[in-house]
Amino acid sequence: MTRTRTFVLIGVVVALLIAGVGSWYASSAPDGLEATAEEQGFGSTARDSAAAESPLADYAVAGIGDDRLSGGLAGVVGVLLVLALAGGLTLLVRRRPTEDATAPPADARQH
Amino acid sequence: MHVPDGFLDATTSTGTAVVAAAGVALALRGARRELDERTAPMAGLTAAFVFAVQMMNFPVAFGTSGHLMGGALTAILVGPWTAVLCLTVVLMVQALVFADGGLTALGTNVTLIGLVAIAVGYGVFRALRAVLPATRTGLLTSAGVGAFLSVPAAALVFVLLFGLGGVADVALGSVGIAMVGVHLLIGLGEAVITVAVLGAVLTVRPDLVRGARHLQRARTLAPRPDLAGATAVDAR
Repeated sequence: MTRTRTFVLIGVVVALLIAGVGSWYASSAPDGLEATAEEQGFGSTARDSAAAESPLADYAVAGIGDDRLSGGLAGVVGVLLVLALAGGLTLLVRRRPTEDATAPPADARQH
Repeated sequence: MHVPDGFLDATTSTGTAVVAAAGVALALRGARRELDERTAPMAGLTAAFVFAVQMMNFPVAFGTSGHLMGGALTAILVGPWTAVLCLTVVLMVQALVFADGGLTALGTNVTLIGLVAIAVGYGVFRALRAVLPATRTGLLTSAGVGAFLSVPAAALVFVLLFGLGGVADVALGSVGIAMVGVHLLIGLGEAVITVAVLGAVLTVRPDLVRGARHLQRARTLAPRPDLAGATAVDAR
């Protein structure tokens, strides 16, 4: 049985490979909502996001001409960013049984 | 299905933002019960994995593509409240950093992909899990059906929101038929990916699948001493 740390590490590598390499092979056809919007005649009501000028907008790194490298890098940055934010948030939210177990009893600290 | 800015009017977007904020606040409380030292890293990994797989648009019919939403998958792996937090982080990073999904539409996207897809996907999973045999096949069937239905359900709620506050004046019925129709197809992809990923994790580390704990309990009725030792090491 793989240790949890090893499992998480392998999982992160798989995610990095999917976002960094695999995403190049993804379909570039419009998604279900975009296609429906175009077909039903409300596609033109979409407005550019205020984040459209982001250096990583549309999964491309600004200033990198090679599309494949640019998209792959953007994917890698995204995976690491989501990992850090979601991992950090859940670490903050989680129960901490070890804290209670290792801390001295409350009355012992008061004396 | 990332809703861009502009599709829905300000009132509707504000409404979905309030719903999303309330859902995330509830999830922050609920996730405390789901997360501990071991499951917190799994939540980070699952969110990162869902972000990566959401980049992999797969073709469906009529020159259209779709991608995983990941609501059912995440909820079954790490618990439904934690899943709401994971999907919210994914959607925020996509909207703020990658301009994927609008900023004023962030509340709408969290409501659809974070709340609706998870509630339907996980709800159907739990309902089926209760009646199907407590086996790997039963679990994966429940997960697949939950994942499948979560996608058209989110599409249907978008159509309802579009009826309430869509900017364009188009026939709601035909928007509804088109949206639900194409998302039934995308739901099939959602089910395939969800079952494949869950099947892989169940094979190597079934104890890390929160929604499969009833299988674990059945299996650990007669623990083997060597496995008990390995588990103690893992728990660190």
